[in-house]
Amino acid sequence: MKHARFPFRAPTWPAGLPRPAPERRVGLEYDHEWSRRYPVRLARAIVLDNVTRPAARLIAPATVRGAEHLRHVASPVIFAANHASHLDTPLLLTTLPVRFRHRTVVAAAADHFFDRRWKAAMWSFGVAAIPFERARVNRRSADVAAELLGSGWNLVIFPEGGRSPDGWAQPFRPASAAYLARRTGRPVVPVHVNGTRHVLPKGGERRLPRRSPVSVVFGTPLTPDEGEDVRRFAGRIETAVAVLADEVASDWWDARRRAARGGTPSLRGPETTGWRRSWALDPRPKAGPDPWPSI
Amino acid sequence: MTPRPGLVLEVDGSTPPTLFWHGERFVLEKLPEGSRVVYAPEPLVPLEDPVGAIRHALLHPLGDRDPLPAMLRPGMRLTVCFDDVSLPLPPMQAPDVRQLVMEQVLDMAAEAGVDDVVLVAALALHRRMTEAELRHALGDRIYEAFAPNGLLTQHDAEDPDNLVHLGTTDKGEDVEINKRAATSDLIVYVNINLVAMDGGHKSVATGLASYRSLRHHHNPKTMVHSRSFMDAPSSELHSSNWRMGRLIADSGVKVFQIETTLNTDTFPRQFGFLQRREWEWSVRDRAMYAAAAAALDRTPPRVARQVFHSIRAPHALVSVQAGEVEAVHAVTTANIWKQQGVEVDGQTDILTMGLPYISPYNVNSIMNPILVACLGLGYFFNLYRGQPLVRRGGVVILHHPTSWEFHPGHHPSYIDFFEEVLSDTTDPVEISKTYEESFATDPWYVHLYRTGHAYHGVHPFYMWYWCAHALDHLGRVIVVGGDPAAVRRMGFSPATRLADALEMASDVVGRSPSLTHLHTPPLLMADVR
Repeated sequence: MKHARFPFRAPTWPAGLPRPAPERRVGLEYDHEWSRRYPVRLARAIVLDNVTRPAARLIAPATVRGAEHLRHVASPVIFAANHASHLDTPLLLTTLPVRFRHRTVVAAAADHFFDRRWKAAMWSFGVAAIPFERARVNRRSADVAAELLGSGWNLVIFPEGGRSPDGWAQPFRPASAAYLARRTGRPVVPVHVNGTRHVLPKGGERRLPRRSPVSVVFGTPLTPDEGEDVRRFAGRIETAVAVLADEVASDWWDARRRAARGGTPSLRGPETTGWRRSWALDPRPKAGPDPWPSI
Repeated sequence: MTPRPGLVLEVDGSTPPTLFWHGERFVLEKLPEGSRVVYAPEPLVPLEDPVGAIRHALLHPLGDRDPLPAMLRPGMRLTVCFDDVSLPLPPMQAPDVRQLVMEQVLDMAAEAGVDDVVLVAALALHRRMTEAELRHALGDRIYEAFAPNGLLTQHDAEDPDNLVHLGTTDKGEDVEINKRAATSDLIVYVNINLVAMDGGHKSVATGLASYRSLRHHHNPKTMVHSRSFMDAPSSELHSSNWRMGRLIADSGVKVFQIETTLNTDTFPRQFGFLQRREWEWSVRDRAMYAAAAAALDRTPPRVARQVFHSIRAPHALVSVQAGEVEAVHAVTTANIWKQQGVEVDGQTDILTMGLPYISPYNVNSIMNPILVACLGLGYFFNLYRGQPLVRRGGVVILHHPTSWEFHPGHHPSYIDFFEEVLSDTTDPVEISKTYEESFATDPWYVHLYRTGHAYHGVHPFYMWYWCAHALDHLGRVIVVGGDPAAVRRMGFSPATRLADALEMASDVVGRSPSLTHLHTPPLLMADVR
C-alpha cells in the first residue's frame, strides 16, 4: 500500500484549502447507547460469564467478602472502588452478584478509553463502559450517568479518577461517586480491591498479567447525610474504603475497632516520599510454598 | 399482596391429591372424602430494611434494659452467644440473620472500646459446628476475625473448668452454665426463633447448660407434662427453663436478649410447589413437581440427601426485638403465632403427616429412625395450642422411608441406643431409669462430643423423651413406606401404602374415623378449639 497511488490509496488534502475539523464522535461525544440494547447485553453477558469470568479467576483468584450484604440493597447503586490496575474493572464486574452484574455500567475515563472509535466500541461492549470526565464535573458525563442510574442501571466508578501511580490511593474526587449519589439519591457501596497491582500494574515494562491472588471486599452502603456536602461525603466514602482495606490487612474486628477510634490507616499511604512509600506497600503474595526450609 | 391466613380444607371429590413429604422424596396421596387438610398461612412480607430494623431494636430495647450502646464500656467482659446449626431449617441463604445481628452488635462494641469479647456457639449437648457451618452462620468476616485468635468458641457441656454452678431452683433444679458467659459483665444472646418454644430463658438456661442442669427438664416426666412445648403456659419444659432463667438473672448474670423471627419462605423457586396449595399449582409447578419426583425416584438416596442438604432457604427477617429476656420473648412468641397459627375446630381420630429429610439434629447429616420419631411425634405432634390435633387414643400416620441408617460421626450413641436400648424397651420412663446414666457418662461418647462432631451420649434419650407426650397420648403410630425392621424396633407399625395404614388404623379408631393431614412445609401451629 505504501507505493500505491490514488485512487488506490486515500487522497491527500490540498495544502491551500482549510481542513474542516473531523466530526467528533469519540471521547465524551461517543454514542454508546447501542451497548445497552438487548442483543448486545445478551452477548456481553455470555462473554462476561463464560470468558471474562473464568479468565479473571485464572489470573487473579479472588477472595470475595461482604457480597452477601448486597442481598438487602435495593438496586440501582453506585459501586465506588479504589483503582490500581486495568484488571479492577473486569474483576469487580465478575464478582458482583448476578442481580447486579448484567445491569451495571462502568464509568471510564473519556480521554483514555474513548479516544479511538475501536477502543470505545471495545470497552462499551466488553464492560458496558460509558465515557466520564474524570478531572471535573462535566455536565454531559454527569447527566448520562445520572440518567442511567435513574433508569435502573448500577454504576461502577473509581473516584480516584485513574489508576494509582505508586500503589497507594489518590484522593477520592468529589466530582465522582459523591456527586452522583447526592444528585440521584442512590446509595454508594464502598468496595476495596486488593492485589491487582501485582497482577497488572500501571506502567512498567510488563504488558502481560502475572498470576497472583486478589481480594474484593464490599462494604455497607452509604448515603449522604442531611446537609452533607459532596466533598465531605467523598471523604467518608474514602474512609469506608480504607476500613475495608484495613479489614484485608488485619481482620474485620480489629478494623472496626480502629475505625471506631479514628485510627484507620489512610489509603494514601505514609506522608513520606521515594522508596519509603514503596517500602510500606504490601509485598506480593507468594505463589507457592517457600522453597527454603525453615531452620 | 397481603399474605393469606392458614386454611383448613375439607376434602371432596374435586380436591386434587395432597402432597406428602417422604424423606428425600415427595408423593401425592388421595385422601378420603371428608378428611381435613391444614394449610399454613402464607409467608409474611419481609422487613424492607432488615439492617435498619436490627439497629432500631438494639437502640430501643424492650423491658428493663438500656440501649445496647449504653450497656457497653471499655474494660468490660462481653460474651456474645448464638444459636447453633439446628436453626433455622433448612439453613438460610446468606447472609444468615445471626451474621446481620452480630456484625451490628460487634460494631457497637468496637465503638464503645470493648476489647474483651468472646463469641460462644450455644450448643448445649448438640454436636460442634464445623468451620463451614460457622462461616455460614456468622459470615467470613466474623469467623476470620475471631476464630484464629481462639475467641470464637463452642460451648462444651463437659468441660469442668468452664462451667459454673449458680445454685438450685426452688424445685431443686441445678443451674450450671458456661463459666465465661456467667462471669461476663454482659451476655448478648442472638436467637433465631423458628418455633414458639425457641428463645426466652431457654436460650441461656439450656443452650449454655451442662448435663447436670439439663436433666432436670429433659426427662420423660417433664415432657409428658408439656402440652405442648409450643404453648408456654401449658409447658412444663418452659416452666423449668423460666425458673432456671430467673435464678440466672438473680445471680447477677445480665443478659441482653435479641430474638428474630423469620417468615416461612422455606424453599427456593425451583421447589415453590412445595409451599403452594395443590389446586393452585401452575403449569410450571406441575412440571417442576413431575421432573423433581421422576428425578428423585431415579437418584440414589445418598445423592438425593446431598442435593437436599445443599438447599438454602430464602427465609427473610420479619421481626427483631431486643432487651430483657421475658419482655422480648412475649413479643417474639406473638410474632411467631402471627406467621404460623391456624385455627382448627376439634380433634381428629387420625393425624397424617409427611416428614421431610431434615430435622434440627441432622443438618448436613442422616435422618436416622430416632430422629424420624422425634420429628413426627416430638415436633410435628406438638405443633398445637389448646389440645392435640389428634384425640387421646387416636392414631398418627407418618410418611417417611425411616431407613436403618445412622451417621457414625454425628450420632454414635444413637446407634447403640437403637441396637441395645430400644430392643429391650420403648418405654421412656423405663429407658430413663435403666440406661440414661450409663450413656450420659460414657467416656467414649464424652470424648467424641468434646473433640469430634458428635452429639452427646445422652442425646438419643432426649430425642425419645420428646416423643413421650405423643406415646402417652396415642393409641398407635403407623409409618408408611418405612423400613419394617426399623419401624418395629421403635414399637410402631409399618405400612406399605397410605390405604393400608388407614385400614390398620381402623382397628384402633373404628371403620369411619375422622382424618386430618398436617400439610408441611411450611411450618404451622394448630390452635385447636
